[in-house]
Amino acid sequence: MPFPILTALLILPLLAALVTALLPKNNARLIKGWAFVAVAVEFALSVYLLANFVPNTSEMQYVEHYLWIPQIGISYHVGVDGLSFWLVMLTTFLMLIAIPASFSEINDRVKEYFIFFLILEAAMLGVFVALDLFLFYVFWEFSLIPMAFLIGIWGHEKRIYAAIKFVLFTMSGSLLMLVAIIVLYYATGARTFDLLELQKTITPATIQPWLFAAFALAFAIKVPMFPLHTWLPDAHVQAPTAGSIILAGVLLKLGAYGFLRFCLTLFPDASRQFAPVLIVLAIIGIIYGAMVAAVQKDLKSLVAYSSVSHMGFIILGIFVFSQQALSGAILQMVNHGLSTGALFLLVGILYERRHSRLIADFGGLQKVIPIYAFFLLLVMFSSMGLPGLNGFVGEFLILLGAWSANPVYTIFSAVGVILAAIYLLWAYQRAMQGPVTNAKNKQLPDLNSRELALLLALVALIVVIGVAPNLVLDPMQSSITGLLGQSFIAGLVK
Amino acid sequence: MPFTYPEINLTPLLPALIPAVTAMLIMLADALLPGKNKSWLAWLALLGLGVAAFYTFVLFGSNASAFNNSVVADNFALGVSFVILAAAFVTILLSIEFLDARQLDMGEYLALLLGAVSGMILMALANDLIVVFLGLELFSLPLYVLSAFWRTNNASLEAGMKYFLLGAFSSAFFLYGIALLYGATGTTNLSGIRNALGISPTINPLFLAGAGLLLVGFGFKVGLVPFQWWMPDVYEGAPTPVTAFMSVATKAAAFAAFFRAFMVAIPSDVFDWQTTFAILAVLTMTIGNVAALTQTNLKRMLAYSSIAHAGYILVALVVASEAGLAAALFYFAAYAVMNLGAFGGLIALGQGDKERLTLDELSGAAQQKPWAAAALTISLLSLAGFPPFAGFVAKFFVFSAAVNAGYVWLAVLGVLNSLVSVYYYLGPVIKMYMSPPAEGWALAPSRTPVFLATAVFVAVLLTIALGLFPAEVLNFAQAAMVR
Repeated sequence: MPFPILTALLILPLLAALVTALLPKNNARLIKGWAFVAVAVEFALSVYLLANFVPNTSEMQYVEHYLWIPQIGISYHVGVDGLSFWLVMLTTFLMLIAIPASFSEINDRVKEYFIFFLILEAAMLGVFVALDLFLFYVFWEFSLIPMAFLIGIWGHEKRIYAAIKFVLFTMSGSLLMLVAIIVLYYATGARTFDLLELQKTITPATIQPWLFAAFALAFAIKVPMFPLHTWLPDAHVQAPTAGSIILAGVLLKLGAYGFLRFCLTLFPDASRQFAPVLIVLAIIGIIYGAMVAAVQKDLKSLVAYSSVSHMGFIILGIFVFSQQALSGAILQMVNHGLSTGALFLLVGILYERRHSRLIADFGGLQKVIPIYAFFLLLVMFSSMGLPGLNGFVGEFLILLGAWSANPVYTIFSAVGVILAAIYLLWAYQRAMQGPVTNAKNKQLPDLNSRELALLLALVALIVVIGVAPNLVLDPMQSSITGLLGQSFIAGLVK
Repeated sequence: MPFTYPEINLTPLLPALIPAVTAMLIMLADALLPGKNKSWLAWLALLGLGVAAFYTFVLFGSNASAFNNSVVADNFALGVSFVILAAAFVTILLSIEFLDARQLDMGEYLALLLGAVSGMILMALANDLIVVFLGLELFSLPLYVLSAFWRTNNASLEAGMKYFLLGAFSSAFFLYGIALLYGATGTTNLSGIRNALGISPTINPLFLAGAGLLLVGFGFKVGLVPFQWWMPDVYEGAPTPVTAFMSVATKAAAFAAFFRAFMVAIPSDVFDWQTTFAILAVLTMTIGNVAALTQTNLKRMLAYSSIAHAGYILVALVVASEAGLAAALFYFAAYAVMNLGAFGGLIALGQGDKERLTLDELSGAAQQKPWAAAALTISLLSLAGFPPFAGFVAKFFVFSAAVNAGYVWLAVLGVLNSLVSVYYYLGPVIKMYMSPPAEGWALAPSRTPVFLATAVFVAVLLTIALGLFPAEVLNFAQAAMVR
């Protein structure tokens, strides 16, 4: 039997969390160090995954399949393919960033903090590797709990409100998805919750739209798509820095991944039928998110609304059903994770120094903290899609793919690219350029070595993906071809 | 006409008889043996429960019946019996230090508790309405006393009195229902009633009234709307371990007889009660959940939550299938472990004879008692239906049975109700973890008494285990009811 690496990836953070619970409460250094070791080992495991990943197949890899509740066809079935693989890597990598990013921010109830973070990592990875709908749902729903605690305990002023809103919003979608999963189980006649088995069956056309709607609602809330995005700014602004990094970097991707993995393959006809609706909502999200971001006074809400805009591109890329756009969408998931993660980290660094996130409180900072300003500008360039950096490749592929579906899509969503440049650069100008107007800003220390290391790691990937995007794009091509073939053939069979 | 003696076969009754005998032994020992410290009696009680559980296992699969088919030890009954025995076991562990701290008498308490267990199991085994009534009274009377057991506490006395008066009232309804059914069919045996009805009976008013009154009696015990009014007051006033026991064991026992009466005696293909019960289920879960939203006392909140859960369980009866029965049995087990965990966690958060019961008192409790707070949190999350805990799997089974029987709308309303419930289950969690510590409570971590800690640990462990590995339990649960 080959080494069960995916199970190891799922269990390691949970074991690490258990050990953390037994560490002495007052030794914060030990707890922080231990949590870092845990996510580092986890990342190393995922690098092993990378090294042995076979790029030229659409088959699931590293598959493990055990009976779990055999009476009703539920199994522990995990695996990765080109669609999920990079998201697994993104998760382990961002955890490696998020844990040390909390070292100076979190000094209260340190133990619980890292326990919740480690549990969260397992839950998120579970969503990406689960190949059984029941198993998927378990991880999907469970990922809510640690995040809600992270926001609610270590967040800012309105943290409890934000945590409850986060949970209730997400659950209102996912509970209907649960019913849809059960209906699907009986409707296909397959009497299994196994995704790969269910994909071989044809969901009856009469119920496909309903089931699609239930799944899509759950995913659209998570992404979040306009007009279901209202939980996001609250959650993001109130969450601690590392929470925001993971929320934007990984949790939002759960929704986009859900569309990709479940909606497209299980309900191919309904997906095509509803695609125009989702695309229009996505484009509204792109423009609306960008416009709202532009008028934010708070840097963190600016980044939060920019996420709404960027996630719109990803949904657009998924629902135009082209190889290019889908590659762009998956790449953009990784890109958004890196660049928005980096932006939240940067905003957090500034907040730790000044205890403010208001753009108006700053001004002229690039003279005081030049290294910080350099990284901020670079990451902003990445986020707005400057050629040579990662964001460009993803957005370009999506726009290209959308053009072949309908040029109007591209024309409208391209507005979002322009707006991104406007709100990001305008914010940079106000916060970083000009004279230092506020006396409190004169003595700000620049990045320390820990922060520098984290940002260097993020920026390195941003540049590498920008220069050599094929490193990321190639391994996912076969799976995307397979996905499109699957949804296309199923679409014809009807 | 020669008189035929009914065969005397006590074997199927052992799960009910052993706790009864143990109760008598404890009473005698308490009265006759010298010595002030009688806490060793708890060991005797636990032993009795263990032996009864052993015989429950032995009987499993035998489908034995006795006394002219008025008692049936089929797997459904035995499964319910096992849940009741396990719940009593955990409850005794929960109670030992609780009683000590309040200087309440151990012997009487244990005898009453075991008497109730005996009645509940008799009710689960009963295949005759008279035996159902026997069981009902046998467990109700000790519970009335147990509710009022904290004699120096006014709330407890009030709870006992209320429970007694309303309970007696509902018993009268129940008995009258039996009488009418006897009048309509000439028998009180469940299979006998079924046979008397025939294939396509003309339903006479006498029968209809009888079945309706029966529903009132069962509805009162399990807490269906509109017979739920007593629950919040009684749950709030009764000593917490008694509330814990009452909430899970009464529910399992009364629902078991409820299911059997309506599935064996009055099958839905003969007389359609499914729509009525579906409406009752929706009303029960909705009113339970909505009322729970505004509660600030945890025991009251858990009472309304208990009403809501009765609604979910009733969904399993609506579908009236083997899958529904299995789902219900699993639900009894899941509800037992998670509710015992919740009440246990609540007791463990207290200090001495002081309990944290309101949301404000729970503020910041996680920092003083991290393990008890974690236990309460896991139990509440399970009650809310979060995976990977028992409550999620239980709801999943119930709703999938509903979908399978064509009641998709019932499943949708069920999950929307779960959404509402998330809000109030998270309330205490938020208070414990996200609010500053409450005034008047020690900040330093303090030890939880050992038996209490064991009980809570076992309940939480089972809550997680039933959520992660439901397959083995489901095998037991799928074992059918003899009809």
